Amino acid sequence: MRVERLGTQRNGRWLGLYVLAYLVFLYLPVLLIPLFSFNDSIQAAFPLQGFTLQWYATLYGNSALSGALLNSLLIGAIAAFGATLCGITISYMDLYGRSPLAATISAIARLPILIPGVIVGISLLILVNLVGLGPSRVAIVLGHILVALPTTVVVMRSRFAAIPKTVREAALDLGASDWTTFRRVMLPLSLPAVLSAFMLAFLISFDEFIVVFFLAGTEPTLPLYIWSQLRFPRSLPTVMALGTMILAVSFIIAGTAEILRHRGLGAARRTPANPA
Amino acid sequence: MSTLVAARVSEARSSSGFRFAMLLPGALVTFLLILFALGLVLFLAFRGNDGSLLGSGFGLANFVTVVSDPLYWTVTLRSLVIAALVTLATVVTAYPVAYYLAFYAGPRRGLLLFLVTLPFWTSYLLRVFAWKIVLAYNGVLNSALIESGIWSQPTLAFLNTPAAVVVTLAHAYAPFAILPIYVALETIPKSLIEAASDLGARPFTSFRRVVLPNSMPGVLAAALVVFVPTVGDYVTPAMVGGPASTMIGTLIQSQFGKANDWPFGAALSVCVMLVILVVVLVARGADRRFGSRT
Repeated sequence: MRVERLGTQRNGRWLGLYVLAYLVFLYLPVLLIPLFSFNDSIQAAFPLQGFTLQWYATLYGNSALSGALLNSLLIGAIAAFGATLCGITISYMDLYGRSPLAATISAIARLPILIPGVIVGISLLILVNLVGLGPSRVAIVLGHILVALPTTVVVMRSRFAAIPKTVREAALDLGASDWTTFRRVMLPLSLPAVLSAFMLAFLISFDEFIVVFFLAGTEPTLPLYIWSQLRFPRSLPTVMALGTMILAVSFIIAGTAEILRHRGLGAARRTPANPA
Repeated sequence: MSTLVAARVSEARSSSGFRFAMLLPGALVTFLLILFALGLVLFLAFRGNDGSLLGSGFGLANFVTVVSDPLYWTVTLRSLVIAALVTLATVVTAYPVAYYLAFYAGPRRGLLLFLVTLPFWTSYLLRVFAWKIVLAYNGVLNSALIESGIWSQPTLAFLNTPAAVVVTLAHAYAPFAILPIYVALETIPKSLIEAASDLGARPFTSFRRVVLPNSMPGVLAAALVVFVPTVGDYVTPAMVGGPASTMIGTLIQSQFGKANDWPFGAALSVCVMLVILVVVLVARGADRRFGSRT
């Protein structure tokens, strides 16, 4: 089934080794953070000095940290809701709205990919100051909706496009209004993708640093808290303990989102009437 | 009859209400947060700094400063070279991975795709921070080299160099490059490759003449999604680059921070967007050339 003639199996084995080395390069630096978070030394250096949980213990009872965590959770949830709502409506209207306006909106929504984060940050900083909002949690939410928007649009668009056209047409022919068709037919069929888009948008907001740097007022998010701690060499082990927990949460959420997305798409592909 | 017309009218009304409600969130976000906000940056770039939010006057003074001061040429050139090196390194190392995924991975493909995209969803700040602890004077790499007897003295040569910025950025944006190339390779019709080998092309010839040109749109897309965030980055130079690696993003950030000259920072941002526009146009032109060959 695969095109074997393109190269020999021996080539494939060499390539396989290369992919393995690449994965090691990809993961090794990141996995050093959990490794040294359990190391009984201020320095992140070999040889390891023995196992300790003291850096994790310092995370408890830190009010600045728990404030930043709550902030990040709140902003992440609201920004993810906004980005998912926009992703659903923009991609749905792009596919079925049959209007140049909808197509334009969808094209602009993917524009942030071509804008460096620093420029997204300063453009929103000017905007929120102009409307009198100033750097604040609302400003961060707006920034994160923008950063997550290309992802939610792409996830939702591929899901809607995978639903056979006949399903929507049947609903409309049977007298369902546009609204009913959207709410009772198309949205339930895309539920795994909606959840996946929401989780990925939450994760983007939760980990985002480049844009939030410009938009935060007096209440920092978790990445800003980490940034503020990096100046003090003594707090590096604590940052590594915190980083380990953030990495673990990111891996779990991203893994769940991927499973949901593929389950949704797989179900659509198995439908026999699926148009290409 | 009249009830039918009434039904039609109410249906049209609900339909236009539906359209309005569905278009509203996207329109607000795209027109206000993206287009209007970028328009503000463009407007501010032509203003003079008088301490007020939107500045005063109107003219090219900011751009004259950017063009006439050699500091900005140096930093812009450095940003372009660093971003180009990162893009090249990322795309070249990602291509074989995408190739393996498309043609050899078999049943392991799903798992491998998941593994290469997973780092994409982890904190960028933490990925950069990881390199700081690797490259530091009393850090992981130095201590490992000494521990294994390869070196006797720790070296300062790793951290605070432009090379450290290139390596860190290449690692941080590596997951961006694989997916576009993989998608391009995956969509090449298998019949094309079979035809090439049926017509007597050796494997390497069929790769060079058939697979590589057909995957170029994916390669260009990958190059673009790596180049754009790296050329404007300011976090990595600050963490591992030292003063010799100041990039254009660093300068923009300081204009909106310590230097507090927003109009000048806006002008620098406009210059970066112009550079990106040129790169996008070149990539699109190259894409069209390859597109016409298939």
